[in-house]
Amino acid sequence: MFYREAGDFKTSYAEDSQTFPIKFDRIRYYVVLAVAFGIIPFLINDYWANAILLPFLIYSIAAIGLNILVGYCGQVSLGTGGFMAVGAYACYKLMTAFPEISMFIHVLLAGGITAGVCVLFGLPSLRIKGFYLAVATLAAQFFLVWLFNRVPWFYNYSASGQINAPERDTFGIIITGPNASAWATYLFCLIFLTACALVARNLTRGTVGRSWMAIRDMDIAAEIIGVNPLKAKLTAFAVSGFFIGIAGALFFAVYLGAVEVGEAFGIQKSFLVLFMVILGGLGSIFGSFAGAAFLVLLPVVLKVVGVDILGWPTDIVAHFQLVIVGALIIVFLIAEPHGMAQLWRVAKEKLRLWPFPH
Amino acid sequence: MPEQLIFAMEVTLNGLMAGVLYALVALGFVLIYKASGIFNYAQGVMALFAAMTLVGIMQGQVPFSHLINAVFGGHITHFGWTVPSFVAIALTVGVMVLLAWLVQVLVMKHLVGQEPIILFMATIGLAYFLEGVADLMWGSEIKTLDVGLPQGINLWIDETTFNIFGYGFFIDNLDIVATVIAALLVAGLVCFAQYTKQGRAMRAVADDHQAALSVGISLNFIWVLVWSVAGFVALVAGIVWGTKSGVQFSLSLIALKALPVLMLGGFTSIPGAIVGGLIIGVGEKLFEFAIGPMVGGATENWFAYVLALIFLVFRPQGLFGEKIIERV
Repeated sequence: MFYREAGDFKTSYAEDSQTFPIKFDRIRYYVVLAVAFGIIPFLINDYWANAILLPFLIYSIAAIGLNILVGYCGQVSLGTGGFMAVGAYACYKLMTAFPEISMFIHVLLAGGITAGVCVLFGLPSLRIKGFYLAVATLAAQFFLVWLFNRVPWFYNYSASGQINAPERDTFGIIITGPNASAWATYLFCLIFLTACALVARNLTRGTVGRSWMAIRDMDIAAEIIGVNPLKAKLTAFAVSGFFIGIAGALFFAVYLGAVEVGEAFGIQKSFLVLFMVILGGLGSIFGSFAGAAFLVLLPVVLKVVGVDILGWPTDIVAHFQLVIVGALIIVFLIAEPHGMAQLWRVAKEKLRLWPFPH
Repeated sequence: MPEQLIFAMEVTLNGLMAGVLYALVALGFVLIYKASGIFNYAQGVMALFAAMTLVGIMQGQVPFSHLINAVFGGHITHFGWTVPSFVAIALTVGVMVLLAWLVQVLVMKHLVGQEPIILFMATIGLAYFLEGVADLMWGSEIKTLDVGLPQGINLWIDETTFNIFGYGFFIDNLDIVATVIAALLVAGLVCFAQYTKQGRAMRAVADDHQAALSVGISLNFIWVLVWSVAGFVALVAGIVWGTKSGVQFSLSLIALKALPVLMLGGFTSIPGAIVGGLIIGVGEKLFEFAIGPMVGGATENWFAYVLALIFLVFRPQGLFGEKIIERV
């Protein structure tokens, strides 16, 4: 009753092929956008931006990127942390080399560079499949982190080996550095997220997305019906790398400000983003958002409950967090292997029929 | 004999020893993968958990004491007794069997028939869970583990090599013991798999689940058995690594080091795990020795993975893995 496709007639090709063909989806999408762009920037403060909103936005971009690779193209990658590091260091080198250019350009270029690196490490995927590929992408993870740790050119020969984001602006508004205001950083990330989500949504329902899904479902069969596996796999790696690179650049420049590569972009980060994708739902853009929101909120909630309300020592709460995250992942996989996106699909089905069950 | 060559020989020997240790961890992976098709990421954390439990039992720690103190107040830490190491090892084996049973009943039973990637993710969840439980149970500080394994430089090798080359090799006694243990373990596992009823059932399950079921083999029992054996292997690895570098979180990261070993050897082959371990051990030590100083050192972090990656491009199923046959 509340969610229905019936009665939603299309009278032109443009209407039929728009991004959200169902009216309810379209309205929901506009409402979310209006709230995100029109209301939140006026209410935001530093705590909300840094604890919840910025990590949510940035991880969502990374999760969409990884979801394209794992969920749509079926190529399991454990190198996300390393690729995010590429984005961060590319952005850092660009920011310090060309201070006068807008941050938008830097972040996009950082994404492009990461896409190149990602394609390079994606080349073996043409020979290696499944778990072997997952482990092969670990090579990217460890090699890239080592590279950024050991080659001083990447961190501009700074004494600490860290990289620090200098103050940069776009259209006169300060985006990075300690003087950036919460609403500016929020909007900056939000614009990227909106653009990425739209691009991903349209790519996945077009020709490229269909060839990815064909490769995922059965690569040999896809090859026989004329899908070029080289092109499909490498475009998936490139697009995924582009998004992950953007996420890495934003994570470093806008969110953290200062980064030590082994700590910020270690193997744990790869697993975190992979968890987001799996818990949210493989092969679903909405799932990427849901997974990112869930895993960003969980530690915050646990900390509030454990430390602030129950008054337990922080180390016990940290251990409990491991136990709970682990248990939740297992429970989720048992109860709903298709992730939160599936919950949403079930809810839609219920809304469609409500209040009559048949 | 030129000095460089002698150094290289010493490095090679040490690499072989390190390789045995990697192989020890990789063995646990192979066992579970062969029998149930599950790629058990939690193997490293199981080693950590086993080692922590062993230390805790030996020192008579009260489990969850930190948590109990935080919730109810009070200062309980130890029961006040110590347990001899062989009794503690036996008790820890019991704990690992119990863990295996719990994993099977609570987790894996409900995931039968899911895609491999889902099973893999479940074991990552299990790894997080176990790590948290181990820290809550026994505390997260670094512990020393001493079950009576010999440690320190082996004087006999030192003297003999000094007499031959004029330079004494540094080989740790512990590494030699570890090699012997690994050899015994592999021999034991092979005998178990070849000559016992349960071992044959295990191989049958590995070959074909449905066929095994239809001749009356209980899959549940076999999987508990396999996880128990993997838990035992984890305990052995935990003892050796724990004695070598202390019982601490980094122990669970050796699981990641075992992955390239597996890729080289093939996921399905026990000899492959050993040979892969040796190749990786020697390779990374020699690379660090020869190339490391030129590029800034610490190449051990990534060499194994890159070697495995390059190798796989030419032979996707690993050295000893079963040939991958794909049909539409």
